[in-house]
Amino acid sequence: MVLPLRMYRRRNGRILAGVAGGLAEHLGVNVLWVRVAFTVLVAFAGAGVLAYGLLWLLVPQRMAGAEPQTDTPVQRQQAIGVIAIGLAMALALSMWSGAVSGWVVGPLGVALAGAALVWREADEAQKRRWRDSAKSGMLGQGGRMAVLRMGAGVLFAATGIVFFLVGSVDLNQAQLAVLAVITTLLGVGVLTVPWWLRLVRDLNEERRARIRTEERAEIAAHLHDSVLQTLALILKQSDNPREVSRLARGQERQLRNWLYGPAGYGRGAATPETEEPAHGVAGESVADAVAIACGQVEDTFAIRVQQVVVGDCPLDDRMAALVQAAREAAVNAAKHAGVSEVSVYAEVEPEVVYVFVRDRGAGFDPEAVPADRHGLADSIHGRMERNGGKVRVRTAPGEGTEIQLEMPRASKEART
Amino acid sequence: MSEEVENTGTPAEAKGPVRVFLVDDHALFRAGVRAELEAHAEVEVVGEAGSVGEAVAGIGHFRPDVVLLDVHMPDGGGNEVLRRARKAFPDVVFLALSVSDAAEDVIAVIRNGARGYVTKTISGRELVDAVCRVREGDAVFSPRLAGFVLDAFADRPGAAPIRDPELDLLTPRERDVLRLLARGYAYKEIASELFISIKTVETHVSSVLRKTQLSNRYELSRWASDRRLV
Repeated sequence: MVLPLRMYRRRNGRILAGVAGGLAEHLGVNVLWVRVAFTVLVAFAGAGVLAYGLLWLLVPQRMAGAEPQTDTPVQRQQAIGVIAIGLAMALALSMWSGAVSGWVVGPLGVALAGAALVWREADEAQKRRWRDSAKSGMLGQGGRMAVLRMGAGVLFAATGIVFFLVGSVDLNQAQLAVLAVITTLLGVGVLTVPWWLRLVRDLNEERRARIRTEERAEIAAHLHDSVLQTLALILKQSDNPREVSRLARGQERQLRNWLYGPAGYGRGAATPETEEPAHGVAGESVADAVAIACGQVEDTFAIRVQQVVVGDCPLDDRMAALVQAAREAAVNAAKHAGVSEVSVYAEVEPEVVYVFVRDRGAGFDPEAVPADRHGLADSIHGRMERNGGKVRVRTAPGEGTEIQLEMPRASKEART
Repeated sequence: MSEEVENTGTPAEAKGPVRVFLVDDHALFRAGVRAELEAHAEVEVVGEAGSVGEAVAGIGHFRPDVVLLDVHMPDGGGNEVLRRARKAFPDVVFLALSVSDAAEDVIAVIRNGARGYVTKTISGRELVDAVCRVREGDAVFSPRLAGFVLDAFADRPGAAPIRDPELDLLTPRERDVLRLLARGYAYKEIASELFISIKTVETHVSSVLRKTQLSNRYELSRWASDRRLV
């Protein structure tokens, strides 16, 4: 759709439609030669006229504000001269050829002139629309003169068609009526080409603009919902360093995830940390889920959770249980160890997945856990054992704690 | 910038403070790191630079012991500094400091000759330790870097073929050390865990660093596909 080097019709310094000028700029030659070439082509059964008309229709006008390129007065004179020569050549041709009677060329010429008038008016309207950036109707803000020019164009074209019909065919009433209807439809079609094209272009343009706007709105919304809110909170809490670092850490992680994460803005879909699926663990895969779980612990307890994952595998119920157990272990460390940092390391092996949750904190005596603290017993041991996993706890008072979780992978068929 | 150029020779046994040069395109971050480092007597910040050209010139002028290098900078980033400065000043040691979590970025700076990688959220104390360690010739593996290296050398379908077993494979011992690093263990803890000396741990880590720098085990561009689900 988008060519590397697009050709545009000129908007300024045009004689008729800016086709020749645009082509000259595109090819990097003197505009005079282009005009001469079109004129010479007229000699070949009017090919020049046809080519000019097609380019007029298919090449968009240059947008407002793009390098105005005007003709010098000399070039303008040359151009008008060339057009006159072209007309003369067309007439002479029609005289000589004889195959095409003057009856045909005359009305066709008139019709063409009419069409040219109408199209040119459409160009003008577009120019006006850009200038006023108003998306109005067929004529833009052209006023009475525009209506007059447009009307004249339509009249010319219609007259040409009618004369062409009357002069060229010799038919009975019914056939003439049918032919008249068809030619009128054709004429209307040709005359309204600029508006059809404009409709399509406007639609494309509008779609592009809408996509851009939505993109911008999404980024703005995201920044507003996350970064700006967090900054405001940080300002409010500026006398509470713990809270400030918690906010900053959480925000940094979220923004990073949004920019570079697997589900983040950089990969198309901007839905980090959203709703949780059936097994109660958010994330696409084990690595993902561990990262999200660690983030939640970071946010809730204002500590740093350093997480490293080696390898990866899809998230199934077993893995979800493992991630939840790991999260629970990290929560315990955050609550009871009295440290500012917890390390989580997960390794996905072909048969087994290991997770280690470690802190360098207070540690405890596993035999002497008070009865009201069920975290380790229920959430971790229970969860792991129900799913066929194992738990080992290495701890002693003053030695820190490491919870080692081991979960066999499900059957082999889920592997790639 | 301080204009004191002292002992331009670089004897490693000169036990002054470690002379550090900062390279980062964020002036704010440089100021923060500088303030953190200057609170410690073991290090001295001799200069800083905010662009690749400045960095190369500054390293040539100050001849620091350690360059703290931001991975992401305009015009080529830390890798460009490494490429241009390492050959010219072989006795300058580089430690990468980055906000990036992308494996390919981190592994790329290691392969270009950085002797370690730490994240920008590292505490001042830890950063000073890391600087002193690379100065001593050790490698500094943050848990994250240890994880990336384990990933890179993992045997999984789709990984590159092994051409040189000496370079393309980690020994079981090296793997154990890396795993413990990734679990957040300090060298001392790794040593007691594996019943080896701290010196041996350091040897293993240096060897892993060398393999990471020299191995053809993976092409970095194929990292993403190598990391696919097993």
